[in-house]
Amino acid sequence: MMKPLAMRNFSLVTSLGAGRAASIAALRAGATGLAPCRFDFLPFFTHTGEVPGLDGDPLTGTLAGFDCRNNRLALMALEQDGFLDSVAAARSRYGASRIGVFAGTSTSGLLQTEQAYRNRDAATGNLPQNFDYDRTHNTYSVARFVRSVCGLSGPAFVVSTACAATAKVYASAARFIAAGICDAAIVGGADTLCATTLQGFFSLGVMAEEPCRPYDANRRGISIGEAAGFSLLERSGAADDADTIFFCGAGESADAYHMSSPHPEGEGARLAMDRALAAAGLEPADIDYINLHGTATLVGDSAEDHAVFSLFGDATPCSSTKGFAGHTLGASGAVEAAFCALAIQHGFMPGSPHTREIDSDLRSQYVCQGRPARIDVALSNSFGFGGSNCSLLFRRAA
Amino acid sequence: MRVYLEGVGLCGPGLDGWEASLPVLAGAQDYIQAPIRVPVSTLLPPNERRRAVQTVKIALAVGTEAFAGSGRDPAETASVFASSGGDGETIDDIMKVLASANRELSPTRFHNSVHNAPAGYWGIANGARAPSSSLSCHDGSFSAGFLEAAVQAVTEQCAVVLIAYDVGYPAPLSLVRPIGAAFGVALVLSPEFLDSAFACLEWRLDPESAASVMAAPGLEALRKNIPAARCLPLLAVLARQAAAEVTLDYLDDLALTLDVTPLTVGLA
Repeated sequence: MMKPLAMRNFSLVTSLGAGRAASIAALRAGATGLAPCRFDFLPFFTHTGEVPGLDGDPLTGTLAGFDCRNNRLALMALEQDGFLDSVAAARSRYGASRIGVFAGTSTSGLLQTEQAYRNRDAATGNLPQNFDYDRTHNTYSVARFVRSVCGLSGPAFVVSTACAATAKVYASAARFIAAGICDAAIVGGADTLCATTLQGFFSLGVMAEEPCRPYDANRRGISIGEAAGFSLLERSGAADDADTIFFCGAGESADAYHMSSPHPEGEGARLAMDRALAAAGLEPADIDYINLHGTATLVGDSAEDHAVFSLFGDATPCSSTKGFAGHTLGASGAVEAAFCALAIQHGFMPGSPHTREIDSDLRSQYVCQGRPARIDVALSNSFGFGGSNCSLLFRRAA
Repeated sequence: MRVYLEGVGLCGPGLDGWEASLPVLAGAQDYIQAPIRVPVSTLLPPNERRRAVQTVKIALAVGTEAFAGSGRDPAETASVFASSGGDGETIDDIMKVLASANRELSPTRFHNSVHNAPAGYWGIANGARAPSSSLSCHDGSFSAGFLEAAVQAVTEQCAVVLIAYDVGYPAPLSLVRPIGAAFGVALVLSPEFLDSAFACLEWRLDPESAASVMAAPGLEALRKNIPAARCLPLLAVLARQAAAEVTLDYLDDLALTLDVTPLTVGLA
């Protein structure tokens, strides 16, 4: 069984707003950050969850080489909710070498390379002189950036397992802390809008024109969003209080089925939830709320519903929060971990904006309208391309 | 911390498998540079095999070789994949299409562009539903993968296969991120000693030591120019079957040092 870890602080930025207060206010209000995509000149229409303020504010000074949309958004999240102060406190408590950085992303600073290819030298075909591959495009960029911003010297890497990436970093951090390699860890990451994912999901025929409608009988696919989120994990201790949220279990699995389609009966998803429950020593009946992966694709929602219903029946309320801020791809694990923590702290179960008529073939207890509710334990699902699955469990202080 | 090594897979330029490369790695034979030859895996259904990119082929080849002598079932073994930047040719192709007038992407190209594509194919090929992760740590990707795999083996008390690989980018990305050649390596790691184990690896994070180097210039060039090949000093020690300490590159300010004890010698 896993020893629960205290989430000493956490922060997030999505199209709903920057920081915890803006996020819970938007969840309560049933607001949406999805709007017609004005991000790029794409040959199709869709809605995206774009974070305002990322275009005009480049990283400067010692961070200038890291400048790209993904790291700008990561910095924005680090700067919310006193997160950097909490990291500084942990650094003085444990030492810089005892804090790990385990970050996730799907596309890192790939947007930078898309732009560089459009601005190749006409004669040589070379990329622009100022293009910094190592610190922007490379998949490791965001962890290197966080480590640099936070002045840390412990172990670090990036997990890139598509849309499960920032969930799986929680599992990695728990293992490194359990092994005594780290005393604390920053987990989370960022994913930002880029043409590769917009055009890529369009090519798969899974992009909705309208804002996405998870679990709706007429759902037509995903809306892509961008987001960053981070948590500071430590062993439980004297600093715990009634507001402390504990990360208490992770379950990982692979589908072994298809590269871009989930197993139709959700067998991999079920395995991930099962393993998370086992790691936490909990039963399905102990779970008060499930934050679904629920991307609003036909097959994805159906597969997840199979898995959830097979474990929980219709006894456990669940919802997908993709209608709020879109599918933030590699960042969705971190975002939804934060949503679960906010749901527990504020006693509010988020609903599902844009979902109007629940698909009668889906049998789990789906929550359309957000409502006040005491939540002691929440489960968060993240599933990605390549059949990568991860379920996380969070609970309030006992 | 300690893990036991139960199997190795290797595929690189002039390095046609672990067994075949032992004399070269041990320094008993000269290293002769040659184009990489990747064995064709029959594990994938023909449809998936056709769509598989080079990272996938290399990952399947070295992973399969590493399991051959281990007695483990890949379906039941957790896996960690490590690569600096995934499949270079796929990324280049997507960037070129997106910079052109017709931006339509092929869905296959898109799913092959995700960093965990080889992990996905590995799962399909082996029917593996065990936990699987895919990491990047720029030039330190092999060591990052080793750390994740070794920590997981010990904390979860399970065997873990590490599969690390890199392939180069075509121009123009190759000019800003040169990767010498395609290369792949796999290690099957176990938290407990079984008869199939042939080395004990006692490892620690090391902020002091510099990375060990290869004596043969050709192999040293591979080590320096391919992130996954930063493992070569470890493979050389294993090939010599001598107890030795070896340090591998990880981060700018942190290396990975392994104290290697061969077990076949002790058992013989």
